[in-house]
Amino acid sequence: MTAVLPITADAAALPIQDARPGRWRRMPPKAKVGAVLLVVFILAGIIGPLVAPYDPSFQNPSPALSLRAPYGAHLLGTTQSGQDVLSQLLVGIRLTLELAFIVGVVATALSVIVGVTSAFLGGVWDEVLSLLSNVFLVIPALPLLIVLLGSLQTRGQTATIVVLSALGWPWGARVIRAQTLAIRNRDFIAAARETGEKTWRIISFEIVPNEVSLIAASFVNTVLYAIGASVALAFIGVANLNAWSLGTMLYWAQSQQALELGAWWWFVPPGLAVAFIGAGLVLLNTGIDELGNPRLRDATSASRIAGHWLPPADPTPVLAEVSQHRGKLAGFLHSFSRSSLLDETERAGHR
Amino acid sequence: MSFIVRRLVFYIVAAWVALTVNFFIPRAMPGNAVQAIMAKFPSLQPSAYKALEAMLGVGHPGSIWSQYGSYLDDVFHFNFGTDVTQYPAPVSTLLAETIPWTLVLVGSATVIAFVVGTGLGIVAGWRHGGRLDRVLPGLMFLQAIPYFFFALILLELFAAKLHVFPLGQGYAEGLVPGWHWDFIGSAIYHSLLPALTIVLTSIAGWMLQMRNVMITTVGEDYVIAAQAKGLHNRRVIFTYAARNAILPQLQGFALALGFVVSGALIMEIVFSYPGIGLLLLTAVTSSDYPLMQAIFLVITFAVLIANMVVDVIIVLSDPRARAREAS
Repeated sequence: MTAVLPITADAAALPIQDARPGRWRRMPPKAKVGAVLLVVFILAGIIGPLVAPYDPSFQNPSPALSLRAPYGAHLLGTTQSGQDVLSQLLVGIRLTLELAFIVGVVATALSVIVGVTSAFLGGVWDEVLSLLSNVFLVIPALPLLIVLLGSLQTRGQTATIVVLSALGWPWGARVIRAQTLAIRNRDFIAAARETGEKTWRIISFEIVPNEVSLIAASFVNTVLYAIGASVALAFIGVANLNAWSLGTMLYWAQSQQALELGAWWWFVPPGLAVAFIGAGLVLLNTGIDELGNPRLRDATSASRIAGHWLPPADPTPVLAEVSQHRGKLAGFLHSFSRSSLLDETERAGHR
Repeated sequence: MSFIVRRLVFYIVAAWVALTVNFFIPRAMPGNAVQAIMAKFPSLQPSAYKALEAMLGVGHPGSIWSQYGSYLDDVFHFNFGTDVTQYPAPVSTLLAETIPWTLVLVGSATVIAFVVGTGLGIVAGWRHGGRLDRVLPGLMFLQAIPYFFFALILLELFAAKLHVFPLGQGYAEGLVPGWHWDFIGSAIYHSLLPALTIVLTSIAGWMLQMRNVMITTVGEDYVIAAQAKGLHNRRVIFTYAARNAILPQLQGFALALGFVVSGALIMEIVFSYPGIGLLLLTAVTSSDYPLMQAIFLVITFAVLIANMVVDVIIVLSDPRARAREAS
């Protein structure tokens, strides 16, 4: 993510210090495991198609190679029509990761744009954008994706990417909006504004660099969503079934009754690949969370009180630094959101 | 206006957005959907052509607004048109046959997973760094497995290999559905493995989230004060810490409902469970647009209603909100 951001000698851009040696050692073990898992699969996606022993679509007519259990020449066995499962897997990992990565980049960019704009415009526009993302959060995405892609006559990779990105931004936008609201009241932003910085400069050089870890977490989440959704869509046949991805592998295994035929080597490898990639992403994200919130870390420093472990208490509980002054219309729109219950009760409590 | 009424208005707006998107999708798509359907199903009578045109808005009978009006009117009367694959059967009958299956299975499994997961999360968060807390990475792996793949593995192990559970379907062949013991027993037996899949794959998420909120809550001053008073541990955990940690958990539950339901639908396909997910698969494989659209609407409405229920529970479980509602 850091490569995308323009880093200047600006003091505000300094929180990005990934290059510092020893960073890896200080990372939570969960994040390490996640990163290693992901690197393995990314390498498999890059090198895999080059070293795949067979053409994944080649159907070997030899009857001995139909549904052959794993052995020397076909390390993961063959499908019913004599295709090599290992080659399909290697090619499939690349396609699935490629799609998820593009969707992750596009949808995260959208959520940064929506989240930051929403927090900066404030007032009615903020509430309208929040309302919109709340609506899209509450409508179940997968059935909508199925209806959208299902009614297309041709289902290519591009269509899947466009539709997945178009529906993948609201989660990230919510989080980024909240963070931007908190940051924009800080002193250094006020200082930048006083020195006459333009709004777009404040946003891209002061605000966004301070949200890098949040944007990274939202990117990881979006990639996770894209993998889950694209595999599920392909599994029920709403995808380009001529291209090999982990989802289409599972689709063919299911539709040609791999389970009933006892051919576990046909559906277990792609499923496990999805599971491992997903676990890697989840672990990485938990690691990022723990970097930001030390209380979630393993209780090495916890003290034992009254017979149970007690983590060290935070002397200064983090309160939302957001004081919202809403206009009449904005307040009216806001009152329809679920969070209105919390803010207003909070305000009532402070009175 | 009370919070609940305002949320109701929000859900009505969300439902309207879903309805409108659903209305415009077939009209925005390139190509003639009606001709595609007619070509696919030679058995369709020419009379179906008109009905399909009206439904998908291809022949443009009347202005787009009058189409929109009659579309909304149809939806309000649960008239989703006639099905294409099983031609004269109305879509609403097909839905009525499958919805109860999904509702009972997915509904009860989701509630069980939420309750058990939250309970385990309370324990893991309280005994932070304890034994239960240390199995978390394993649970995260469980969480990352797609529902349907986990379903495949369970089927392979328990049905194909060990023959403990049946290989899919909703009830034993040859039984007539009805309110008699044979059928109900068979239906419960067939639903055990699908329910187990949903519970096992979603429990980790609830547990993790509850654990994280619990850890933050346990560090609060009022919890330490309660302990200093010498209150019984159980009382501190449940009435002090967990009581406060449950609110964000409920909000998370409401937000995640759509994902859970979608995952469960795909899982039904693996088990050939006669619910709405399997119906969705048949609709997709036969490009049965009217059925696909109706299923989308039904699932959306179900999720909206479930969200509304969660909102009511949030208000009931938060004394501040209760007080506001009363005033």
